[in-house]
Amino acid sequence: MNKLGIVFRNSDNRQWIGLLYVSPFIIGLLVFKMYPFLASLYYSFTDFSLLKPEKFVGLSNYIYMFTKDPLFFPALKATLLYVLFAVPGKLAFALLIAVILNVNMKFISVYRTLYYLPSILGGSVAIAILWRSMFTKDGVVNQFITGMGLPAIDWFGIPSLALISISLLSIWQFGSSMVLFLAGLKQIPKDLYEAGTIDGASKLRMFFSITFPLLTPILFFNLIMQTVNAFQEFTAAFLITNGGPLNSTYLFGLKLYQDAFQFAKMGYASALSWILFLSIMLFTVIAFKSQKYWTHYEDGGKF
Amino acid sequence: MTSLIRMGRLSFLTIFGIILIYPIIWLISASFKPLPEIFSTVNLIPSRFVITSYINGWKGSGQFGFNTFFTNSFLLVVPTVIATVLSSVIVAYGFARFRFPTKNLFFSLMIATLMLPNAVIIIPSYLLFRNLGWLDTYWTFIIPSMFATYPFFIFMLIQFFRGLPRDLDESAVVDGCNSFKILTHILLPLSKPALVSAAVFQFIWTWNDFFNSLIYINSVKKYPISLGLRMSLDTSSISNWDQVMAMSVLSIVPCLIIFFLAQRYFVEGIATTGIKG
Repeated sequence: MNKLGIVFRNSDNRQWIGLLYVSPFIIGLLVFKMYPFLASLYYSFTDFSLLKPEKFVGLSNYIYMFTKDPLFFPALKATLLYVLFAVPGKLAFALLIAVILNVNMKFISVYRTLYYLPSILGGSVAIAILWRSMFTKDGVVNQFITGMGLPAIDWFGIPSLALISISLLSIWQFGSSMVLFLAGLKQIPKDLYEAGTIDGASKLRMFFSITFPLLTPILFFNLIMQTVNAFQEFTAAFLITNGGPLNSTYLFGLKLYQDAFQFAKMGYASALSWILFLSIMLFTVIAFKSQKYWTHYEDGGKF
Repeated sequence: MTSLIRMGRLSFLTIFGIILIYPIIWLISASFKPLPEIFSTVNLIPSRFVITSYINGWKGSGQFGFNTFFTNSFLLVVPTVIATVLSSVIVAYGFARFRFPTKNLFFSLMIATLMLPNAVIIIPSYLLFRNLGWLDTYWTFIIPSMFATYPFFIFMLIQFFRGLPRDLDESAVVDGCNSFKILTHILLPLSKPALVSAAVFQFIWTWNDFFNSLIYINSVKKYPISLGLRMSLDTSSISNWDQVMAMSVLSIVPCLIIFFLAQRYFVEGIATTGIKG
């Protein structure tokens, strides 16, 4: 208690109690996060199926992955393409609609709710089923296309289109990012726009010199969270396209699932999960490093 | 001129909104259509309303019907939501209101786990649960949530508690409240929006969860709705789309109800606490 008195001058017993309140989290962190995290690193250096005890094999899982596994690079490529389609598409819609929605108007909250709805349902099996039925050959998407006199499209038969169809499912759920942009837009001081108007700036000009720079911190946050999620996408690839055609939608999450839980290659799948983790970390580090070139954290005083 | 812009804006938002929601409306309408009509017309109004798809779909094709899967989903989701909210509140209170050694360390670790991909811990978690004998039970969801393993909610509640003035706590101390009583009697009554947001999010996420259920729950008897739906998708080789769609509609109904009941709390809520959905 004496030692505590030195550290926190005003402290009393109440401060130690904080640790007690936080203790469920500490236990959960150690047991359900830290332990599995470190264990998967260890397993990634082992040959381990559920039937026999694990055997340390050094780097051979990683070597196999990069030199022999015929599905590793296709999975990596599909995942990167998916991230490159889905994340910018989602953020672009989220930003565009947020800017249009950011006015004082009746019923705005109705629209906001409506646009948010896909984010609520999007990850469910029901919506995966819906997507699969919509994009099949005689599905509703093709009925619209043929209705306009164009030939029907084989969405799940052509590699690039299959990837686009599952990316669209992700883009459809732009509402959650949009809500954050809206919150950011509300914080931009009105007088910046007034000053811009007096200076004769066009709306477009004001968007690029006022709105966009002030939203970059939120854009950054959305970018990180959505990319981390997109790297791990599983449900859409598993239920809608099942990885096909020609592995064009064989996302990393799907490969991980199959190796671990269908082929019981726990050691190898752990190595895969670490490559996924390192890819996400690499992206995150690059994003954080690049921040100083494009995000804007000062108040808007410079304009 | 400005009214013209307003009209333009309003019509764009409306048309775009309709396109966005069309798939959901189409799903609902398709579930009431006779089977041959589902893939032959873009019309939203069925030529005649049928509910046989609901009746037959509900019975299911195998030993267990959707009454089992629905019950299972509630048995899985409700305790998980309660455990998540309770544990997150207690932990968030600890972080928001007390200064204790190691606080900064654990706070940073919490933020770090916010970005820790589920994929990297899923295999050891599976093995851990297997050794503990929890596989094929809902404990795989409930027990981790009792230990505040959802940093998203802790962070959200910390942000909320920080917004409540500390004077409230201090006057309660003067009145002889202990710290737990301050939480339950002073802070929680003021935290309804944050608590509702957390509960709604966790309900929807757990209800819709597919990946974890697929890995942890193996026996059909214990399938939650997501696995039940997926099974009907497999066995039918899609000859009975009408039933699959009817059950899909039913599966999203609880989320829709909760979303519309709580949306005023939570679309605002996440916007003000400033974090993803």
